[in-house]
Amino acid sequence: MQLALRDITKRFGSLVANDHISLTVEPGEIHCLLGENGAGKSTLMNVLYGLYTADEGSIELDGVEQHFDGPGDAIAAGIGMVHQHFMLVPVFTVAENVMLGNESTGFAGSLDLGAARARVREISERFGFHVDPDAVVEELPVGVQQRVEIIKALSRDARVLVFDEPTAVLTPQETDELMAIMRQLAESGVGIVFITHKLREVRAVADRITVIRLGKVVGEASPTASNNELAALMVGREVELTVQKQPPTLGDEALVVEGLTVVDAAGITQLDGVSFTVRAGEILAVAGVQGNGQTELTEALLGLQDGVRGSARLDGQELVGRSVRKILDAGVGFVPEDRQVDGLVGTFTIAENLMLDRSFGKPFVSTGTVNQSLLRRFAEEKLAEYDVRAPGISTPAGSLSGGNQQKVVVARELSKDLRLLVAAQPTRGVDVGSIEFIHSQIVATRDSGVPVVVVSTELDEVAALADRIMVLYRGKVVGIVPADTPRDVLGLMMAGERPAEEVA
Amino acid sequence: MSTATPTVAETGGLASDSGASSSVPRKTPILLGVITVLLGAAVLLGSQDGDTTFRLATRADFVQLPNLVVPAEATALVAVVLMALVAAESTRRYVAGRRTPLWLISVYSVVAMFGFLSWAAAGGTVPVVGLLGGSLALAVPLVFGALGGVLGERVGVVNIAIDGQLLAGAFAAALVGSLAGSTWAGLLGAMAAGLLVALVLAVFAISYYVDQVIVGVVLNVLIIGITSFMFSQVLSENTEKLNSPPRFSTWDIPLLSDIPLIGPILFRQTPIVYLLYIAVAVVTYALYRTRWGLRLRAVGEHPKAADTVGIKVKATRYRTMLLAGAIAGLGGAFYTLVSVSQFNREMTGGAGYIALAAVIFGKWDPIRATLAALLFGFASNLQGVLSVLGSPVPSEFMLMLPYVVTIFAVAGLVGRSRPPAASGQPYKKG
Repeated sequence: MQLALRDITKRFGSLVANDHISLTVEPGEIHCLLGENGAGKSTLMNVLYGLYTADEGSIELDGVEQHFDGPGDAIAAGIGMVHQHFMLVPVFTVAENVMLGNESTGFAGSLDLGAARARVREISERFGFHVDPDAVVEELPVGVQQRVEIIKALSRDARVLVFDEPTAVLTPQETDELMAIMRQLAESGVGIVFITHKLREVRAVADRITVIRLGKVVGEASPTASNNELAALMVGREVELTVQKQPPTLGDEALVVEGLTVVDAAGITQLDGVSFTVRAGEILAVAGVQGNGQTELTEALLGLQDGVRGSARLDGQELVGRSVRKILDAGVGFVPEDRQVDGLVGTFTIAENLMLDRSFGKPFVSTGTVNQSLLRRFAEEKLAEYDVRAPGISTPAGSLSGGNQQKVVVARELSKDLRLLVAAQPTRGVDVGSIEFIHSQIVATRDSGVPVVVVSTELDEVAALADRIMVLYRGKVVGIVPADTPRDVLGLMMAGERPAEEVA
Repeated sequence: MSTATPTVAETGGLASDSGASSSVPRKTPILLGVITVLLGAAVLLGSQDGDTTFRLATRADFVQLPNLVVPAEATALVAVVLMALVAAESTRRYVAGRRTPLWLISVYSVVAMFGFLSWAAAGGTVPVVGLLGGSLALAVPLVFGALGGVLGERVGVVNIAIDGQLLAGAFAAALVGSLAGSTWAGLLGAMAAGLLVALVLAVFAISYYVDQVIVGVVLNVLIIGITSFMFSQVLSENTEKLNSPPRFSTWDIPLLSDIPLIGPILFRQTPIVYLLYIAVAVVTYALYRTRWGLRLRAVGEHPKAADTVGIKVKATRYRTMLLAGAIAGLGGAFYTLVSVSQFNREMTGGAGYIALAAVIFGKWDPIRATLAALLFGFASNLQGVLSVLGSPVPSEFMLMLPYVVTIFAVAGLVGRSRPPAASGQPYKKG
């Protein structure tokens, strides 16, 4: 089945999310939709899937124009979607999830679970998925959950499958397996739309590449194009993809963490006896699939977690058990993983956000009042220094793009007298141009002799920044390895396998 | 008393040990210990002489079971000792990091109740059939209300307005029943009234994203106001014509009603109770075994997932809420078509809130919620029976019983429960 989108335009108020986008997907073809976060990829797919109605343009299947009022229509027409955030009911079994909305029933409306199980087994065997139809979805690993999503789409006879940022939650091995599955699906005649912003994946699997930027198609590229060419298309200018950094000049052991353990309110151990050291002027990158204790680690260092045991000493001073205020005063800078929740107050101005953690005294506050002129000067200086693209310092931080919001957070945290920098997911949801800038700032901080802990789930980022890499799995340290450790070794470690020889 | 004290000392010691981080709840052993001490203290301080008779049959029974006669004081003491043993076992399990199994709690409850009744009714007769059968009858509105609550929460709407639905049902049953001179017409009227209340809740909660708890509470107050106003301004003007509905008589189910003990309790009831059996069975089957139930649960757990497979989230919520309202309204009819054949202002006495507690105590499951509602019905009826028997416990104290049980049940024994993930959250597209 050939899918054609013609001149799709979708507006949200004054914002044009999709501006006359056209693309076609042939049967058996993997068509990559490449673009940065906020370029309009997801909007386009939601239009295709009937979740949004396009303001202009049309969707055609084999030349016949379609009108989708909801996902039900799109599914009936043969379009399947593997969502970025899985659309699975966690407490249902695989079979129940697969049959939902498409149930076959027997006597008195009773569910025919047997038929659903058989369907899951059949598809699962056809593609070698190894999925148990009676497993409860929330107990399955993320990679398997994604296969359930694929089975769900295939069980509805999808002829066009849309994968929306499918690799964000996967380990590198799972990513490779997914690529193989996509190839296999394409060979069976399914047309595939693969939405991503990761260049490596695009080049590995795509037959054709369409690049969109700011809601418009800016060009097509062939899979043989280089990373730099693709990135330039995506961002609209030449970008430096590799971080320029010199070998580290190592100082003393600055941060010494021993047996750090975090038990959450439900009594589950989220971080289990983690020990490591970071020397002054060194970046330790913490790798791992999301949800393996990284959040707990960074928040424990900041004093944001309850139920922390063990010790974390910064320059000989114990951090565990101190208040957040005291830890910040000890010179710890923190870039939280979710800037909109923990990093910024969206309705505050940029200037106010820049002094959020310095509201306790000089220089910004004296005798209980904020020194506005000093704050203004400071904010304008930082705006220029950190290249924040904003109308002015009194713009609400929430109205900025992701990249610029993150630059505000980074500017605030780096403009203190730092003794330690903890950065969690410093470039998540940030455009390529800003990534480049933030990375260079982190490296500059390290070069000034500050120990840095960077948490990232993106191996590219880990590889770009790390002087040493620590891999976490289920709250435990799998190993601490040198920065030049091959990707596939890191991938296995992220799945919990210890490396053959460990290097501390 | 002497056997109970060490248990409490132990549990008290554990309670202060907040460092123990385990998922086994500490409250079960504590609760068991506290109840043991309370009963032990009551038995020792308020000594009771004489024998207690448990009457197991009614005069109409085909098979006449003999009466059970026990010495009051001795039986109560034995019960306290047994309870102390169970509490100690529960503590031992807690220390070993294990949960107290449900059967042990059940044994404890039966022993405790038997001991308490022996003591409280010393020198008198406990009509077991009347006690349990009456409990069932008193639980009827609670069970219907709880079913309405379970359906609502399972589809993602918190149904705080159960009390309003019960009250509106009671009112409509009285009015329609009187006008039509038919109990069945009254029943239909009650369902329609409950449905109407649910419709208002649904419109605000589903279409306008208003906070469901607030709408629900406001609705409850509104229904109290409307029915009280109608009662004093309209119904009392013409009680004969508007507020004297016919009552359901009891139907004996042939054969089943002749089973000793169980027959008279379960099968010598009014048709509304038989409707209840059917409702519980149908709702349970439909919720877990049908397409309708699967979709309903999906909408309550992950509405977006349901939407993306083509299930209409809002329509599903509307339909389910209306059904839930009709079921709860049916429960309201019990007040005016069975209990008393007249509507009175605020006659539900907050039963809807107890039904809501039964929903939570029953972990959003129709069967468990029914059992929870039956427990509350038992607590209410016990209070009535004991005050007739002239027990040593002050009657004001006994009036608190259903509510005390509610608090203990919800706070103490529920353990970790998991509501439907999207319960209380309005669904907005995009």
